[in-house]
Amino acid sequence: MTAYITKRLLIALVTILVASVIVFSMLEIVPGDPARVMLGMNATPEALQALRDQMGLDQPLLVRYFDWIGQLLVFDFGKSYTYNIPVRDLIAERVVVSLPLAIMALALSTLIAIPVGIFSAERRGRMADTLSMGAAQIGVAVPNFWFALLLVYVFAVWLRLVPAGGFPGWGAGAWPALKALILPAIALALPQAAILSRVTRSAMLDVLGEDYIRTARAKGMPRNVVLWHHALRNALIPVLTILGLQFAFLLAGTIIIENVFYLPGLGRLVFQAITQRDLIVVEGVVMLLVAVVVLVNLLVDLSYAVVDPRLRTSR
Amino acid sequence: MSLLEIEKLSLNIGRIPILKDVDLTLDAGEVMGLVGESGSGKSMTAMAVMQLLPSVAKAMGRVRFDGIDILAAPEAAMCKLRGNEIGMVFQEPMTALNPVKTIGEQVAEGIRWHTGATRTDAEDHARKILDRVGLPEKSFPLSRYPHELSGGQRQRVVIAIACALRPKLLIADEPTTALDVVLQAQILDLLRDLVDENRMGLLLISHDLAVVTEMSDRVTVMRHGEVMETGETASTLSAQEHPYTRQLAQASMHVPARARIRGAEQPAHDLLKVEAVTRDYPGRRASLFRKPEPMRAVDDVSFSMKEGQSTALVGRSGCGKSTLARMILALDQPTGGAIHFMGEKLTSRDEAMLKPARRNMQVVFQDPYGSFNPRHKVERLVAEPLHTLEKQPQGAERRELVARALHEVGLKPADMDKYPHEFSGGQRQRLSIARAIITRPKLVVADEPVSALDVSIRAQILDLFADLNQRLGIAYLFITHDLSVARAITDDVMVMHDGRIVERGRTSDVLDNPQSEAARALVSASPDLRRAIAKKLQEQG
Repeated sequence: MTAYITKRLLIALVTILVASVIVFSMLEIVPGDPARVMLGMNATPEALQALRDQMGLDQPLLVRYFDWIGQLLVFDFGKSYTYNIPVRDLIAERVVVSLPLAIMALALSTLIAIPVGIFSAERRGRMADTLSMGAAQIGVAVPNFWFALLLVYVFAVWLRLVPAGGFPGWGAGAWPALKALILPAIALALPQAAILSRVTRSAMLDVLGEDYIRTARAKGMPRNVVLWHHALRNALIPVLTILGLQFAFLLAGTIIIENVFYLPGLGRLVFQAITQRDLIVVEGVVMLLVAVVVLVNLLVDLSYAVVDPRLRTSR
Repeated sequence: MSLLEIEKLSLNIGRIPILKDVDLTLDAGEVMGLVGESGSGKSMTAMAVMQLLPSVAKAMGRVRFDGIDILAAPEAAMCKLRGNEIGMVFQEPMTALNPVKTIGEQVAEGIRWHTGATRTDAEDHARKILDRVGLPEKSFPLSRYPHELSGGQRQRVVIAIACALRPKLLIADEPTTALDVVLQAQILDLLRDLVDENRMGLLLISHDLAVVTEMSDRVTVMRHGEVMETGETASTLSAQEHPYTRQLAQASMHVPARARIRGAEQPAHDLLKVEAVTRDYPGRRASLFRKPEPMRAVDDVSFSMKEGQSTALVGRSGCGKSTLARMILALDQPTGGAIHFMGEKLTSRDEAMLKPARRNMQVVFQDPYGSFNPRHKVERLVAEPLHTLEKQPQGAERRELVARALHEVGLKPADMDKYPHEFSGGQRQRLSIARAIITRPKLVVADEPVSALDVSIRAQILDLFADLNQRLGIAYLFITHDLSVARAITDDVMVMHDGRIVERGRTSDVLDNPQSEAARALVSASPDLRRAIAKKLQEQG
């Protein structure tokens, strides 16, 4: 087990390191002078020089890389040139929206998808299976922004249960803040749930065909008991893999939904930074997301070992 | 009233009849052997008794167990019977246990389910039954996972699960087919003891006539879903009155006619020479910082083979036979030692240099289906080894060669436009033999080539091997744990044990009079139909 954990940790560290080199090179491959790219063609020489100093562009490449890494280690991502405040503060402002949103969406999608997947695997080929998988097919196909607009129309405009958009901030109290996140979380969760329920169903069906399911049935346990006690845990590995990927997507890939609901999330931050060519912000946020994705994958890898004892004794 | 009474059991899946009017009775303490070839309906009969049939199957007739009408029993009643009154052991021990649960949990689970015992009590009970099936606490604590156990040990766990609550009826469906002969003998002994201890009825399903003869009081012979014959084991098998019973018995004892016994006109030079070959695998790492001890799979093996010679390599599973074969085929590199083939050194050469050797050396695997790409046609599959030739035949010439190879193995040239799934198991094995001989090799390595086949098909394939040996002078290295195969078609035999060759000689000499302990164990554990019938005749008079 220790060997497995150590190996996974090392892989995670190396991945982050390689990613940092790539992200850092991003600034270098931009043709010409990064400061000019950021400031545009009409910048004054003084402004250019000031930005160069701030970014340390006059220093050798390696020195800059190690300076940058050193700063990252103390969570110093530099200073945004458009907002003129530290990137760390910008990120912190956005994370308090994006992280709860991602967690809510993931929890919701898991709560829907796993029971539905098990349910339809158990009733394979019957009406209930056909219906729920048909619904899942629609869930995958329908664009989530359209679905989001529908939700806004029904629950915000028509029923007036929740606000149609915007985020009051956590300072306004937990409930108003959560209320603002409910619709976006549902809009994000349903397509994810559709995918996850299909994965759960097919993983369950694979497992239900295994010999040990027959052994368990021959012990006299009814079908549904065997399903929960023997099949589910064996079917979890593909489900966990998809969950890990979905969390990474939900954290930063939600720009469309953030736009629909006017949420100041990480996705919008990156998008704005890219359009404004604020490379320092882009660099900082991308690095943070890389770290989160690697961390989530590490957790997924470790959870494999919890689920499947055969992985604990890997060489 | 018997313990189990099956009367006119018929079973359809869709419109296809699987069982037709099957009759079978079994008393407490009795062993009933159910024999037949694959597809004869043996397993379906068992599943009908367990009511674990596929949902599309429709059963008619009557199955009574201990006075209960099983076909009419509701699912809840069946759940009470299964694992409690009726236990079942399956064929494939490697996959019969849940990989994510400990063996203790899996044995205790059924006990708790049926008796409502507390976890501790159920675990005590599980401990006792695991001790009984030969898995003592010291080496096999309840916390072991299935992947930490070998096939034979896993089968013991499955038996423990099935017998934990002393069922009145035990159904064993090919319980030893996946095990080597020594393990088979041990498992059969265990089953016999458990039957005697608990006065269980045992329904033993097997395709192996010798195993069934040794074990059972009465036999039922099935074919195409129908019962051909049923009766006392000794009289049924000694008289062999039913033509199908006779056909099965003869096929299981079949020895191909081999006109020429080699000896005098042997060529002087060696076809294959294996010198002090050793193969180490990296062992399991015990600590992060220490290099793991290597595991030695093949240990200092030397031997040679002449042209046209047929040699058997026999041994238990895990003894290193297949590793040795892979090195001879240059699919794996030895850790030490050298292998020469037709005077050329095979070891430590690159793939381009091996090409001439590869065309003279082909292989036939155990599973005829798994060794073919299902999306390719026979022409392409059989022609595959032709890429080892200097000039690769194309078009009409290639079809010509494939047609000749198919003809030689008894298939029609027209078969080359079919796909593998259109053939039966025996025909598929013919295809893989056609593929092996298309380049006119000097040596064919066959790894358990007949162990997945039914006895009558097996007899035909053995004939084919013998015939090709005579006609084309191909030398064989037969890897098998089945001594009857070795006896049937090889001149010489090598017995392998723990990576070493512990005995070698003429096949008949070694098998009739084994000297080493490993060879003696193999010979005495091997089921032999003639011996089994003789013994049964004595017992049953």
